[in-house]
Amino acid sequence: MNHMSRNTKGMIQLFILRLFAYLILIFLSVLCLFFFYLMVINSTRSNAQLARGFSLVPEGNFLKNLVNAWNDSSINIPRGMLNSLLIALSTAVLTTYFSALTAYGIHVYDFKGKKLAFTFIMAVMMIPPQVSALGFVQMMNKMNLTNNYIPLIIPGIAAPVVFFYMKQYMESVLPLEIIDAARVDGSNEFYTFNTIVLPIMKPAIAVQMIFSFVSSWNNYFIPALLLDEAELKTVPIMIAQLRSADYSKFDMGKVYMFILLSILPVIITYIFLSKSIIRGVTAGSVKG
Amino acid sequence: MKKPNQKKGKMPDSVSYAKWGYLFITPFFLVYLVFTLIPQFLTIYNSFFESYRDGLTQVGPNFVGLQNYITLFTPNTDGVVRILKYAGNTMIMWAAGAVPQFVIAMLLAIFFTSYRLNIRGQGFFKTVIYMPNLIMAAAFSMLFYTLFTRGGPIQAYLVSTGAINATFDFFSVRVTVRGMIALMNFLMWFGNTTIVLMAGIMGIDQCLFESATLDGANSVQVFFRVTMPLLMPIFVYCFITAMIGGIQMFDVPQVLTNGKGNPDELSRTLVMYLNGYLTNKNYGMAGAISVVIFLLTGILGFFVYRMLSAPYKESGRLHRERKGNVL
Repeated sequence: MNHMSRNTKGMIQLFILRLFAYLILIFLSVLCLFFFYLMVINSTRSNAQLARGFSLVPEGNFLKNLVNAWNDSSINIPRGMLNSLLIALSTAVLTTYFSALTAYGIHVYDFKGKKLAFTFIMAVMMIPPQVSALGFVQMMNKMNLTNNYIPLIIPGIAAPVVFFYMKQYMESVLPLEIIDAARVDGSNEFYTFNTIVLPIMKPAIAVQMIFSFVSSWNNYFIPALLLDEAELKTVPIMIAQLRSADYSKFDMGKVYMFILLSILPVIITYIFLSKSIIRGVTAGSVKG
Repeated sequence: MKKPNQKKGKMPDSVSYAKWGYLFITPFFLVYLVFTLIPQFLTIYNSFFESYRDGLTQVGPNFVGLQNYITLFTPNTDGVVRILKYAGNTMIMWAAGAVPQFVIAMLLAIFFTSYRLNIRGQGFFKTVIYMPNLIMAAAFSMLFYTLFTRGGPIQAYLVSTGAINATFDFFSVRVTVRGMIALMNFLMWFGNTTIVLMAGIMGIDQCLFESATLDGANSVQVFFRVTMPLLMPIFVYCFITAMIGGIQMFDVPQVLTNGKGNPDELSRTLVMYLNGYLTNKNYGMAGAISVVIFLLTGILGFFVYRMLSAPYKESGRLHRERKGNVL
């Protein structure tokens, strides 16, 4: 076999391999988008148009569906979105601030029990919230905190996974010399954290704010156990309510609109920040 | 108010302002104690008591020892141990989503990192495949329900093509219900796994690939002899965290089947079982199930703990940095 033909053979092989890779990637992308595409299309169709069956072409009833969904009497979606927004934003702020503070406390200072504190956080990191839900609900009942947002927001202060991320980040970007310099300048420790350390941590905080916002926005299990007043319900509870309602009575255009509205804030965030979100996925678990 | 407590000349690794350390970690531990640790003990405590509502009357709480656990593992009148059935459902549905999830993620991670393939539009593809991970599971599940329900667009389309009978109901057949749940889990997680595995491959020293290729290894050999062994720690980490996530499977099947686990409770998961007792206020049984799930995740979580804290156990900092790119 001469040099020329080996080369051509390799080229053909590479071409086929590339074709195969692109076909798989395109197929998976279509699969990921298909159901959401249908959702958007169906949110532009009236109930009668939807009853006619499957279609991939949009129609003109988007605004009508939006108005109907927005003003629905049984599912108050604007209220739900406002509630979810309030909870998710507060959680995101508290989680990131206190995780950074805790990580800083363990990263910078030397004190008795520091190792134990670190080991403890690492050890409880993987325990899911479901397994303490019973005691949690009971305690909130006793403390008169059901139908209240405190038990949905405050626990965010103790988020082991976010803590670990912040700790990892500090190890790679936070030089202890800066803190020493601030100390020489007479800066109080708390002040140093807020004015010098937090700005350095900005990228990590931004990424973790997005992730905790999203997971709070999507959280269904715990809020469903604690909130039963209609005015306080969050979006996922309303979506589940939609599922258990008598389905035949519903205007289907409105149902698709509800689903669209429930994921819209996250989708919009993602469209603008997808690059830093994807970068943030790896930094938490994989140190590179 | 500052004490001049630093000895000059000797640069300490950490500064000795111990009280600030305590102060800064106090909020975390206080909140953890009140909202997680005490509830955790309360949950375990509850599992030893008989406590439920019978209509309007509250029965218990009465101490019954291990009775709740015995009840949990005793067959029903139909001879089925429910918790085992639900654990089985959870495992089957998880595996049906996770196997393709890891195979595809591995394949895509190799595509994206291969210099030879030089895939264009990576940013676009990554953005698209990661997107479902951020979608509210309850909403995604509701969307599947409306699309696949009888008369819904996909069901109607399949009927019109003659692929299925007009009476076919996706929600009364075991394979299709479990299939839909597995498909949703797959779609929600394969992008995430791809990105993590990709970062793992990029953390491997490129020289190793080059020298293997120079030594005449083909791409299959490179994958099995170089990539896979070096990627193993990250792969195992991903796999175990995925299993822990699988044990918690709830939102998708709950909303899809309206909490019933149709058909015949064959898509009912462990956490759906727990949720059922929590909403009925049968706290004894709910406690026992919680403890079982706690133990399951605890065993798996232990491995994750070991892997994540391994770099911190090494004494030398240099050593940590060298091993650091693993986890």
